[in-house]
Amino acid sequence: MSDQSAILRPETLLDEFKKIGVTHIITIPDSETNYLYELMEQQDWLDVIPVSREGESMATALGLNVAGKTPVVLIQNTGMLESGDSIRGMALDIGFPLLMIVGYRGWTRKGKTPDSAAIYTEPFLNAFRINYYLVEQNEDGARISEAYEESVATKQPVVVLIGDEYHGFNR
Amino acid sequence: MIEAKKVFEEFQKHRGDSIVHVQGTSGHHWKEISTNPNKDITLGSAMGQSTSAVFGLALGLENEKVVHFDTEGALLMNLGVLASIANKKPKNFIHFLLDNECYATTGGQPVPNHEEIDYAMMAKGAGYPTTYNFTDLEELSIHLEEIMDSEGPVFVAVKTKPEIENLPMGLREKRKARTRLETINDLRRTLNIS
Repeated sequence: MSDQSAILRPETLLDEFKKIGVTHIITIPDSETNYLYELMEQQDWLDVIPVSREGESMATALGLNVAGKTPVVLIQNTGMLESGDSIRGMALDIGFPLLMIVGYRGWTRKGKTPDSAAIYTEPFLNAFRINYYLVEQNEDGARISEAYEESVATKQPVVVLIGDEYHGFNR
Repeated sequence: MIEAKKVFEEFQKHRGDSIVHVQGTSGHHWKEISTNPNKDITLGSAMGQSTSAVFGLALGLENEKVVHFDTEGALLMNLGVLASIANKKPKNFIHFLLDNECYATTGGQPVPNHEEIDYAMMAKGAGYPTTYNFTDLEELSIHLEEIMDSEGPVFVAVKTKPEIENLPMGLREKRKARTRLETINDLRRTLNIS
């Protein structure tokens, strides 16, 4: 199997957010999404809400959902693992759509990774019965809208895993 | 220390048209006191995360005053939320903290460092522009109008008497209450949110 050579540009995610009608991004920046963070901050149609710990993000999104807004959670898989109780109580149990964009730290196309954050990411999502999509490159961008539409139809959280193996968002 | 019920009775006089979120063992008193249940909401169902949810609600409803009655046990589980709130500084957000110094719902075990900790100082340090500390009902009553008229975020720590529940869960009094989703739907209907 070859290494990932195609690029996933932060603008691809931003275009998808605009298409969906996202109003708020609730996030903790990580090393791979810094450029995306800066890009989002420049958009007057988007309100970026930094939180202090990932578990806050699902709860804050619930409050915004109740208020009639369209929030998206943007975190890394390590933070998602920390957020189990919040995902349960503030997303799965309540019946509102929620798109969660999750950086797939440790992801590799070779199938084997030494990073336990990656090893436990998909088993975690399966244990919580959360459906997920993988986005690796620009051509996969439409999966973000697809995931969002699924979350609206099911009134459940749906995850998009960002598996940008080498390039990152921080160029 | 002040009885939580008295705090709610005094607050009701100044509530106005605000949205109110109440949590914790003593929160059930509010249901008997509130005169506008359609603007009372329940969002909590994850440890320490109600405050984050109410914060999101305040950000999404900028033209509504949003009042949250937090508890110290919950806040200690999610202290970073103070910085998250202070960062966005929602002008419409009033954050009360009913501090009974213990986990009343599990039998009254003290929270860590319950006698020395100063939550208002922590909120101030996190960046809340206005904070208060009350141990006396009369003092609280005098300041409530000023608190409710202040630009948020405002943090108000109130020492309250614990109402400890020590029976096994199955033997406790069942209090009739709307479900979380019912309170959400009632609020959204009231505010014409689709």
